[in-house]
Amino acid sequence: MAASSVIDVSAALAAGPATAAQWLVVLPAASCLLLSAVLVMLWRQPRLQQLLAVAGLAFLVLVDLLLLRQVLATGPVTMVMGRWLPPFGIAFTADLTGVLMALAAALVAFVVCLSAAGERETSGRGDGFYPMLLMLMAGVSGAFLTGDIFNLYVWFEVLLIASFGLIALGPERAQIDGALKYAVLNLVATTLFLIAVGILYAVFGTLNMADIVMKAPDLRETAPLVTLTALFLLAFGMKAAAFPVNFWLPAAYHTPRPAVAALFAGLLTKVGIYALLRVTVMLFPPEREQLEPLIATVAVATMLTGGLGALAQNDIRRMLGFVVIAGIGTVLAGLSLGGPGGIGGALFYALHSMVLMTALYLAIGEAGRIGGSFSLAALGGLYGRHAGFAGLCLCLFFAASGLPPFSGFWPKAMLVKAALDVGAWWLAGAMLLSGFLLTIAFGRVFLMAFWRPAKETAPPVLALRWQAIGPLLLLAALVVGFGAFPELLLRTVQDAEITLDNPQAYLGSVFPQGAAP
Amino acid sequence: MNSPIFRTVAPFLTSLMLLFSLFVLLRGHNAPGGGFIGGLVAVAALAIHGAAWGVETVRRAIVFHPLSIAAFGLFLSCIAGFASAAAGVPFMTGLWVTVHVLGSAVALSSVMLFDLGVYLVVVGALLAIVLALEEEEGV
Repeated sequence: MAASSVIDVSAALAAGPATAAQWLVVLPAASCLLLSAVLVMLWRQPRLQQLLAVAGLAFLVLVDLLLLRQVLATGPVTMVMGRWLPPFGIAFTADLTGVLMALAAALVAFVVCLSAAGERETSGRGDGFYPMLLMLMAGVSGAFLTGDIFNLYVWFEVLLIASFGLIALGPERAQIDGALKYAVLNLVATTLFLIAVGILYAVFGTLNMADIVMKAPDLRETAPLVTLTALFLLAFGMKAAAFPVNFWLPAAYHTPRPAVAALFAGLLTKVGIYALLRVTVMLFPPEREQLEPLIATVAVATMLTGGLGALAQNDIRRMLGFVVIAGIGTVLAGLSLGGPGGIGGALFYALHSMVLMTALYLAIGEAGRIGGSFSLAALGGLYGRHAGFAGLCLCLFFAASGLPPFSGFWPKAMLVKAALDVGAWWLAGAMLLSGFLLTIAFGRVFLMAFWRPAKETAPPVLALRWQAIGPLLLLAALVVGFGAFPELLLRTVQDAEITLDNPQAYLGSVFPQGAAP
Repeated sequence: MNSPIFRTVAPFLTSLMLLFSLFVLLRGHNAPGGGFIGGLVAVAALAIHGAAWGVETVRRAIVFHPLSIAAFGLFLSCIAGFASAAAGVPFMTGLWVTVHVLGSAVALSSVMLFDLGVYLVVVGALLAIVLALEEEEGV
């Protein structure tokens, strides 16, 4: 007994004070969690809730911007929880990939919150939307910034619980139906993830990502790492809606109200993509190379189901679900290629897709509201009534199809080039074909819903609301801006790819002394 | 439930269990126990009371909406994490203060505040579910 009390634990504790830069790493997740608790307590004051949520998300964008500046200046930043050094304690590590994703997520959430605030005025009293939005953002930010794989699982759970709540908000039967499909499939995926983490811990004896990277070379000969990576691939592929485990997405995403659907389309699948990038590119690169044919096949199938599915739908919201899937396929194609072109392109495409899919869902939500229907058979005459809005939608459609000069073009160009460089002409062909299918699908939407004159019997097209258009313009500006001036983002994404592929800086940030104990 | 025996025993049982839940909560720092288990015991206590005297009685007794209690717990736990900022140490580092009450030293910590938050989250969230179920069954 006496001996146990004199163990010197100071070697396992971080020395020195925590700097402001380190606090920036935990602040996004922690402040969202705190604010969501406050918002639940204020459930009787919807106006105040709204105001605090908008302010809180603006703060989140600011924090992520500051963190990005810090990471660009000094490389990855780490903070350890409770002073316990890794591998004992949980580390939060922000590298360029994580910060870029977190920043894009924060921007998207901010815009969705603004748009929902406008929606709210017509629908009356508040419900659990804002607290759950903030909780979702806590989960998403935590997932992007954590440096511990079990902690990643925990943040997945947090965002999953919040998303269950968000998708079930509202009285419609179809929503419960969509929520159930979403919930069951995602629970299965999360359980698979947990099993994979369990095996990982049994093999490595550590859950810290940097520690895993350092221990992997010694264990590569004996441990079943390819199996493990394949298990992660399945779990995260399910989250990201990769073929053949993608059927939950079109079944669920058209049921909630536009703001929620926009948020989901922007964020949730991308968290799966991020986790996939982190695990396969940073933790297990040789295993990723072995799985390349599998990932490439999945990517092609996902892109084609997305493109064909989009073409087959008559409900525009259902169609967008397939557009999300086609985008995921493109990102997976990048993942299967590897290297600066592949991974950089995948990352760029994921960032673009976050902003674009949210904008598309918001735009289509507004189009359906003013047109009185989401069915292509019933819609018509939107161009005649709102030419400017139709133009805006057309820009977003082009961006989603990967046409220049919008932000969808550059990552696709990067990926096609990377595919042709390694001689994977069929992968490049699939990417171009899926882009072509999406172009036709969007052309059909534009022709039928916007260009075609309204039917005699159709209800008159309503006026647009600035509350919906304002936030939409913000996102569209990003899509057009990064389409016209992609150099900055291209360079940043390539830097991010280098730190992900060759994580010396990441390791140095987690273990400043160089070696693990 | 309309059993006189149950109705007579329930208040005693409830108060005893609530006291025990606090004991388990405070014991948790160095021994088995803690906020989660303590919270479960407290919810069981209130559920018994609800079964005996009706859900409305419980709702009146806890004053606040169960979800507000859970949110307050989450708030306390977050505050316990942020308290480290004032001391200049990383997030969630335990901070200790020793207070002398009536001649005996009482050690208070941010860890305890965190655990209290967990206790309230469990009480609030589970109570919301339990009360909704009891209401539906009409017990």
